[in-house]
Amino acid sequence: MTTTAPTIGRGPLASIRGWLGLYGTQMRIAILSQIQYRVSNYFYMIGMVTEPVIYLVVWSTVARQQGGEVGGFTPGEFAAYYIVWTLVRNMNIALTPWAWEERVRGGELSGMLLRPVHPIHLDLAGLAGWKAVVILLWLPIAAFLSLIFQPTYSIEPIDVVVFLIAIWGAYVLRSMFLWLLGLVTFWTTRVGPVFDIFFTAELLLSGRLVPMSLMPDWAQRLADFLPFQWTFGFPIDALIGRLPPDQLLGGLAMQLLWIAISASIVAVSWRLAVRRFSAVGG
Amino acid sequence: MPDPAIRVTELRKTFRVPVREAGLDAAVRSLFRREHREVHAVDGVSFAIEPGEIVGFLGPNGAGKTTTLKMLSGLLYPTGGEATVLGHTPSRREADFLRRITMVMGNRNQLQWDLPALDSFELIRAIYRLEPDAFRATRDEFIELLDLRELVTKPVRNLSLGERMKMEFVGALLHRPQVLFLDEPTLGLDVTMQKRIRSFVAEYNRRFGATVLLTSHYMADVQALSKRVVVIHHGRILFDGALAELSTRFDSTKTIGVTLSEGTADLSSYGEVLSTDEGRTLLRVSRADAPEVTTRLLRDLPVLDLTIEDPPIEDVIERVFADARDERAAAMPAGG
Repeated sequence: MTTTAPTIGRGPLASIRGWLGLYGTQMRIAILSQIQYRVSNYFYMIGMVTEPVIYLVVWSTVARQQGGEVGGFTPGEFAAYYIVWTLVRNMNIALTPWAWEERVRGGELSGMLLRPVHPIHLDLAGLAGWKAVVILLWLPIAAFLSLIFQPTYSIEPIDVVVFLIAIWGAYVLRSMFLWLLGLVTFWTTRVGPVFDIFFTAELLLSGRLVPMSLMPDWAQRLADFLPFQWTFGFPIDALIGRLPPDQLLGGLAMQLLWIAISASIVAVSWRLAVRRFSAVGG
Repeated sequence: MPDPAIRVTELRKTFRVPVREAGLDAAVRSLFRREHREVHAVDGVSFAIEPGEIVGFLGPNGAGKTTTLKMLSGLLYPTGGEATVLGHTPSRREADFLRRITMVMGNRNQLQWDLPALDSFELIRAIYRLEPDAFRATRDEFIELLDLRELVTKPVRNLSLGERMKMEFVGALLHRPQVLFLDEPTLGLDVTMQKRIRSFVAEYNRRFGATVLLTSHYMADVQALSKRVVVIHHGRILFDGALAELSTRFDSTKTIGVTLSEGTADLSSYGEVLSTDEGRTLLRVSRADAPEVTTRLLRDLPVLDLTIEDPPIEDVIERVFADARDERAAAMPAGG
């Protein structure tokens, strides 16, 4: 019997080359696909701006009525917060848990299971490629919002560096949690309420609805035990210059910790989910 | 003698499916007490396939073909029994195992819809970590074999079903798997396209010595590719042997085609008349009587043309399933 096609080999260097090749190729394919849909992507992004603009208008108005600031935020700082919000929101978009039902029902999962690569890598790389397109599309939107709302930033170089790492950390972390939620569909499809609880908690305790510093103390303390703020508020606060260096580095460490925790849970849950799928059939 | 590429011993798969009668009462009852029943999709199947062999896996819908294929490719965990493919236990889904097999399903789509297939092939190269030069050589060879040169640069969404299927085949074989599980690979394709796919599989088998387990509702696929067939029904194997032997075992008749040089005649005294069409009469006679009937026909009548054939394989298969149905019905306890 002949052998399979020659591969790039084994060993650490070949392994690194293999992973870089996989991520690079999948990202490139995602970029090519998204370019096909550039117009609809743009409308999608414009639609997404509605949410932060509402928050921004409300909080700027409150700040002005309170004599120029609320909880240490001036209207200019609110503008900065919510303009960066628009980028972070697009960057932390991950595969929705609802997509899993379709993957199982449509047979896509069978195809994924036949490949010698954990499917989370293709998901992470695919959406990362999509984000490369998003960043380009975001630039004119940010410029337009800046012209209208006049944001004020006080950015140090370290803020930019931490932000550039933190937005990818936020993306990976949120991907892990949404993957975990998606895997619940292997056991039951009636998971709508579970998703609702998750997304409501995320809205309130991540800095998406309001900056975390404006939340009551108990909510801030609660948020410290949860992963949400590291996927949303932390990268925003990092870029608008509201965090001292120790909190910037501490935030990255927290992201890393939560990624390690969630990735471990994903690894175990995925094995159980595949066993479940293999037992009941697709 | 090399080890079999595929060895299956008493393989079983039982699904537990919920049962509920129609109506509100049943719906309310099911809230408190769910009823289930067990479906034995594969019920103690055993066979071995040698390296390089092409085997047709036949059976009606729901016979257990796809379930068996899914267990052999690691998609389903068996309820009992054992399966090894190239020395691996499929349900462990080891990366080394997955690199050596492929599964093509008629309804599966692994190509990027909006991009040319060439881009999807690149992704497959990255997934299987294929050496670039060898990958390009294999890809170009397959593209040539399937006459796809003009199509690989078109977005997949613009291809016809048959063209897409050919691309799927290229994608599924780029890593040059040693075992191919083909589940209805020509489903919905026109005759020309079916033929193309068949010759591609045959060529791949010849070139790379790959083992192929094929299910298809088109007997032409099986006849063209496999010398051996495994017939499965209700999760059990009814026959495992040479395709030619299937007719001998399950159909004790021969079909004699007679064309007379002068008009037609009533041939019912020679055998069962199946049809008469444009001067040609088809007779069914028992296999044992065929030589004697042939001699009588040639002696008694002005025969212009005479053929003796096994019945069409579709009819034989139908008979196999019908016999199995009858046996099953006979084995059932009488109802009252």
